[in-house]
Amino acid sequence: MAEFAVILVSSILINNYVLVQFLGLCPFMGVSNKLESAIGMAAATTFVLTLTAMASYIVNAMVLEPLGLIYLRTIAFILVIAAVVQFTKMFIEKTSPLLYRVLGVFLPLITTNCAVLGVALQNTSKDLNFVQSSLYGFGAGAGFSLVLIFFSAMRERLSAADVPESFKGAAIAMITAGLMSLAFMGFSGLV
Amino acid sequence: MIELIAQNPILAALVALVGLSILFGALLGFAAEKFKVVGDPIVEQIDELLPQTQCGQCGFPGCRPYAESIAAGDVINKCPPGGQSTINAIANLLDVPAPELDAEHGVESEVKTVAYIREDECIGCTKCIQACPVDAILGAAKLMHTVITDECTGCDLCVEPCPVDCIDMLPVAETIADWKWTIPAKPGQMIATDRRGAVASADHNEDAA
Repeated sequence: MAEFAVILVSSILINNYVLVQFLGLCPFMGVSNKLESAIGMAAATTFVLTLTAMASYIVNAMVLEPLGLIYLRTIAFILVIAAVVQFTKMFIEKTSPLLYRVLGVFLPLITTNCAVLGVALQNTSKDLNFVQSSLYGFGAGAGFSLVLIFFSAMRERLSAADVPESFKGAAIAMITAGLMSLAFMGFSGLV
Repeated sequence: MIELIAQNPILAALVALVGLSILFGALLGFAAEKFKVVGDPIVEQIDELLPQTQCGQCGFPGCRPYAESIAAGDVINKCPPGGQSTINAIANLLDVPAPELDAEHGVESEVKTVAYIREDECIGCTKCIQACPVDAILGAAKLMHTVITDECTGCDLCVEPCPVDCIDMLPVAETIADWKWTIPAKPGQMIATDRRGAVASADHNEDAA
């Protein structure tokens, strides 16, 4: 049990994929304008990350390792990610047409979110077992959700704030992201 | 066969990746069938927000065609019967800024009206029956017509075709069910001490502090 807690704390806070490892910055900047769409994106990405971590473990352990094809990991995992994202897209289109409209092009773009491939590759290189790697994937998704929702809430406040003309829009968002990243570095050495 | 694949790494790689592709393709095909979306659900939601007067003032033959057009990216301010409240509701649904009502398509009427046919002047030409989009006018050729008040959406479309101008648009009578308490014009003026103006109230605040 303690081991699971360590994995979660490690993937959510200490090795946060966005603010510490700088993976998946595209949706972090792109979908954080509104809190509502950020929550939808966070849920979709967490779903994809968890499912990808599970599927990539199965593909790695059952297909690639027995056949000695470990060098094909990247290609095989991209295949897994594309399939999972496509599945998520269909699922959201059916269950929440509004969220589907709001997320728009960012939904298929989860495929190119490098955090997803990053999680799959790091899981295999760390030699985790199935439960650990799916938990790691979920933790990565939860960490992504946490910072994306915090960041979008801050940006909503920022859009009403009196920002100097030259810093308006993307510039102040970048500065905010940088400050958040600095804050998250404070978690290093927690475990 | 298996031995041949295991001994030949290129063949093994090919078989593994093609196998995976086929497996995922089959899963996605199954999911596509399972999660098939019939029609566009967003059209249903927009259509529910429109007033269903079927008046055609937006330039479309009815509310549903306009809803389909909005879903395809048309502007949302073409509906005078719905007025600003409908525009706001659709803007909220689609997560876009709410524009003002486009005056080109008509103005929002202050009060809800319903058609009334002065029955002794009606010549029974059936022209208004053909014009009515919701079939709210009852009658036959050379017989008197009348309006089913509950069905009438107040869209004005029957007024124009009437050759003897016997159709009036009357405001709907207020009943207990739709009566609203009217807000007094200047609520600040209700209390005598508020009439002294801003300076007096500022002084008063300082005294209190």
